[in-house]
Parts: sequence; structure tokens; C-alpha cells
Amino acid sequence: MRKQLYNVGAILKGLSITFKFMFAKRPTIEYPSIKKQHAPRFHGLHELRRYADGKERCIGCELCSSACPANAITVIGAENSPENRKSPGERHAARYEIDELRCIFCGMCEEACPTDAIVLTPRFEMSDYRRGALIYSKDRLLVPPEAGVGTAPDERPNGIPADLGRVAEVKSTVDVDEGYNATNRGQVLKVQRKGLAILKRDD
Amino acid sequence: MPDWIIILIKSAILLLVVVTTFAYSMLAERKVLGWMQLRPGPNRVGPWGLMQPAADAAKLILKEDLTPRTADPLIYRLAPFISLLTAFSVYAIIPFGASSAGTWAIGNVNAGILFLLAITSIGVYGITLGGWASGSKYPLLGSVRATAQMISYELGMSLSFIGVLILAGTTSLDGIVNAQAKWWFVVPQFIGFIVYIITAVAETNRVPFDLVEAETELVAGFHTEYSGLRFGLFFIAEYVNMLTVSCIASLLFLGGWNAPFGLDNLHVPGVIWFIIKVGFFMFFYMWLRATLPRFRYDRLMAFGWKFLLPLATLNLVVTAIIVAYMGH
Amino acid sequence: MAAFWILGITLIGSAIWCITNTKPVYSVVALLLNFAALAAMYLTLNAEFLAVIQMIVYSGAILILFLFVIALLSSGVTPFSVGPNKLPRIGIPAVVVLLIALGFLTYAVNRVTANAFANTSPTSPVGPVGTAGVFGSVADFGKALFTTYLLPFEITALVLMVAVIGVILLAGDQAPYVASQKQAEEVRREMREAILRGGE
Repeated sequence: MRKQLYNVGAILKGLSITFKFMFAKRPTIEYPSIKKQHAPRFHGLHELRRYADGKERCIGCELCSSACPANAITVIGAENSPENRKSPGERHAARYEIDELRCIFCGMCEEACPTDAIVLTPRFEMSDYRRGALIYSKDRLLVPPEAGVGTAPDERPNGIPADLGRVAEVKSTVDVDEGYNATNRGQVLKVQRKGLAILKRDD
Repeated sequence: MPDWIIILIKSAILLLVVVTTFAYSMLAERKVLGWMQLRPGPNRVGPWGLMQPAADAAKLILKEDLTPRTADPLIYRLAPFISLLTAFSVYAIIPFGASSAGTWAIGNVNAGILFLLAITSIGVYGITLGGWASGSKYPLLGSVRATAQMISYELGMSLSFIGVLILAGTTSLDGIVNAQAKWWFVVPQFIGFIVYIITAVAETNRVPFDLVEAETELVAGFHTEYSGLRFGLFFIAEYVNMLTVSCIASLLFLGGWNAPFGLDNLHVPGVIWFIIKVGFFMFFYMWLRATLPRFRYDRLMAFGWKFLLPLATLNLVVTAIIVAYMGH
Repeated sequence: MAAFWILGITLIGSAIWCITNTKPVYSVVALLLNFAALAAMYLTLNAEFLAVIQMIVYSGAILILFLFVIALLSSGVTPFSVGPNKLPRIGIPAVVVLLIALGFLTYAVNRVTANAFANTSPTSPVGPVGTAGVFGSVADFGKALFTTYLLPFEITALVLMVAVIGVILLAGDQAPYVASQKQAEEVRREMREAILRGGE
């Protein structure tokens, strides 16, 4: 009898808990209209960057392609000619294609790149009904000249690109600079950039 | 106007009201379940998701209507209509309120509560035949469970009514409500009320007694093979049955359209009180669904036969003895 | 009158459908229709209580058990195969038995006088079933059942009780797997040991 009464008590307790939850704050972020702030090192769609003078950073070395564990990148390099100079070096990428359906967004291409040309942006909304539309070629990967040079990952502000809509106010648990600089990759990139800057100054 | 035209108009209005209530109680259930599970619930279609029922209806109508090759075509098609017909025909006798002109009901049957039991006892055929006619194993298991569960719990339910009938001294729903002007029967018939609430949940195959559907074991139980509008008919029948048992609970135990706690001076129309009471029971259903896990099948049967039935009988005997010695 | 003819045709039609159908479930559906029509017929005769009881007892309880058994035993949808027609052979004995039964019935009806129903006979053919003195009223029905016809009622109850006890004895509340607590312990110990051995 006592056990049965205890069971009734348990049911009532359960009912009270669910009733309380009706008025609790819901953690749902209503995604398409409101977007969650991404982590500072979020890996999304790729981007090919430029130098400040508008020249492409990519030199067609295919290091990214060989670093890619998913074989998603195809690069076909070509020689720069004096009258048609696309990048500061000797070569440039005549074709640069990434199959985003194969890509696993690991960021190895970004690490392999000697000129910091390919970077992963936080953009993630790229679904499409056609498979072909997800093979991104250079015309969509390269930052358009009027949009600047593209941002390096470690200089990117925390959050999502402003053109993506309203951002949910989520408490950031990561200090962007501290967090990023503490990683090996952040250090490598910083050293690389410093080296490039030194090279540039020498020019 | 001849009588039959008036009845036709009344029926059309009532049908509209019941179907609308079904649509929005479905939305309300999804909302309440969402809130209790820390989700917002449907909110995409229209403001606060209020157009969701319309979207659901459009979806159900446009879906393909499948009939399995192993199914018995005639009975497979007939079953949802039996469910729907019995679910709706109960509203022919349920009174919603009263004014000086009379009771607000389509028909005032004197054997009201018995008529109600008779109609609801037919409702199980829709589920049983539908499950059998699907010609596949999960629906068959579901329908066999449904039959056993519904006839077992119907006994306890009927017995819980009889205590009320003894106190009211009449079988008409109108008379039962009027007999509660002073005391709601939930007070003298508290045990009957508890038994009724439990058996009503089981009769409508709702959580925690939804063994008929039991998606973890039986895919979707008796309506596994149904799709499109035919599934929709079962769905409507389930919610309309929920509404029915809520109405009966309000009429038999909570005083129907009588104002609670001596609030008669407020001059609120009785039908408002009735709607509030029915709404409370509907909410209670959703609340239970969000809280309790499903019964095990043998426990369900044992609970019905070894606990509820003796309890209801005891309640009946005690009530009968008290009424016999003390008068009404 | 129109209602009578429609219901009558439904009744006879569904009865014929019920006995001529080869699929048992179709017969149940036909019988359900038959019961519903019969209940409606009672309603046209102002016998509300009888109509309601007809629905609750026959359609709601007995027929659903038929369906239960049919659904369990013949879960397929194929009809029964037709065997040889044995009807002519039992024709003559059936007619003889029927005539004898009819004779007994006529005799019994003739012997029972109208006085037997005097103290419960209705004073009014139409009216609310809740009040006494109306044909088919709940109150009179209950009074008759518990006073004049108490003995037959109790005997019927006893017969039904015997049936229930018989069913419980046959189908049983025996523990399905173990006979006693001791045996259960034994089974549990064996299972534990089997697990410890590594599920050999």
C-alpha cells in the first residue's frame, strides 16, 4: 500500500515537473530567421584571397590539392606572362575547383597553402538541388576585386557574416584572440604572414 | 420551419464547431508538448503557427492514398469511416449549455448516458477492423490489443458512471447536470471520478495507455498501413473521442454548465463554464502525454481488471448502500 | 412507416449477407449492421432502453469478441474453402427438432397468463425511460429484475459465474515460466552463472 501511494506521489511529481517546464526558458534558436554565433575557428565555404593590389594570392602550386584528404580540390596551374600577370609569382591557377560535396571541411588546404590564398570562411548555407552547383570553380571562390582582399582566419571577428541575418545573442565561451593564437595553426599562420611581410618589405 | 431543417442546421453548426475544435486542439497539443519539452512547438505557418491545422489538412489530402496488396479492400476502406461516424454521432446528444428556452443540444435523449456508452462501444470496430484489414502483422497486433484494452476498460468506465446515475436518479445528461446544481458529483463520487479519468484515457488510446499505437513496438499500431486522408480520419476520430470523454467528464462530475464555487452572480453564460471545464480536461490529456511513459501490456490488463474494476464496483456498492439508507 | 420498411429491408438484407458470406469478417460486419438496424427498430418502437442495451451488449461486447477470435484465428484474408454440402442430410432431423421446440414454446406461452406481468406492466407506452410506469423504463426494468424475477436473475448470474470460473481455470493465471518463487531463484542463479561463464 505504501509503495502504491509512493507511485501516485511519483506521478504527481512528474506532472509538476512537466508543468513547470511549460514556463521555462526555451533554448531553441529559430534557425532560418535567427542564426547562432559560430565558433571562432568555424570551417565553412572556401574563399580564394587577393593581395591589396588586386593580384591573386594563389600561385597554382597544387599543395592544397595534394594535402586534401578527400581529393576534393582540383588545381591546374599556368605560367604568368608579363602582359597578363594574375599573381605575383611565376605561376597562377588557371583552373581551381573544389567539390564541396566531397569536402570534409578539415582545413588542411588552408594549412598547406604557402601564400595564405585559400581560407575557409564561416559561410555554411550552400545547399542546392543540383549536384553540379556544389562544384565551386574559381569564379565563385575568388574574392571579387571590389570586395577587398578577404580576411585571414585569425583576423576574422567572432560571429557570422553580417549579410547572413540576425544573430542570436549567445554567450561566447571562447576568447577569440587568445583562443586562436594559442593553437599551433594560429602560430603557423602568424609566422607565415610575418615572413611574407618581410619578403614584401624586401621587394 | 420543419423540425428536420432545424436539426440539420444545428448538426451542421455543431459539426463545424467540433471539427474546428479538433483542428485547434491538435495544434494546442503540439504546442503544449513543445513547451513541456522546452521547444517552441509549431510556429512557422501563420502567426504563432495558427494556420498549422490548415497546412496539415492540405498535406493529408494531397498525400497518396495507399492500399496494401494484402489488404482487404472493402473493410480497409470502411474502417476509418466507422471510427469517424461513431466519434461524431455522440455529439447528437451531448448538451452544451442551458437557457430558459431549453437545453443546447441536438437531441435530448432520455437514456442519454446509456446511448453514449452504446455509441462509444461501437467505436472500437473501426480500430479492430482497420488493423485486421490491413493484412500486415503490426496493425493486427495493434488491433487485437485495442480490442482487449477497450472492452476491458469499458467495464470500469460504465461502473464509474453508475454511481453518478444513482445519485442523480436519472439517465438523461440534462437531468444529471441539473442534479449537480448544489454539489458537483466529483465530491461524493471522487473514486468514481478517478476511475473515470483513468479509463477514459485508456478508452481513447492515449498516453500512457497508447499500446494500440505503441510506436516503439508496433511501428504505428493499427494505422501503420494507412496514409493520406484515411489516416487523417482515424486521427480526427481520436481527437474527437478525446473531446467527447472530456465533455462527459465535465457533464457527469464537474457540473456541466453550472458555475463553480458559487460564482452564479457573475452571469457568465453556462456554455463558457462548460468550455473551460472541457478545456481543462483536454489540457490534462496533453499534460499526461508529456509526462508519463507507456504501460507494459500485461500491467495494463492487470491494472484494469484487478484494480480499477474492483474499485469501481466497491464505489458503486457503497454509493448504492448510502443512497438506499439516506435517500437522495 | 418509411423507417420501418427501410430498417426491415436492411435487417433482412444484412442477415442474408451475414450467412451467405464466405469471409468471416464480412459476416461480422453484416451482423454489426444487423444489430444497429435492430436497435434503430427498437427506437422507432419507443423502446430506448432496449435499443441501447442491444447496442452495448450485443454490438459492444459479444460481437467484438467474435471479431477478436476471427482476427486471431484467421489473420489471412482468404475465405474459407467450401466443403461438401451436408445440409440435406441434417434437413429432416432439424425440421423435427424445430417442430418440437415450437410446440413447447406454444404450450409455454399459452400457460403463462398475462397476470405474470401485471405488477410491472407499463401504464403509458411513450415517455421518458427514467420514470416509472413507462414502457421499457429503466426503473421498472430494474424493479422487475430485482423483485419478481430475482430467482431467474440470480440463477443466470450463477451460470455466468460458473462459465467465468471455468475460463479462469482453463486459461489460467499460472505463472508462465516458473512454478514457484524457489524455482525462480534457481533460474536466476543459473542465468547469473551462465553470464559469469561467458555466455557459453
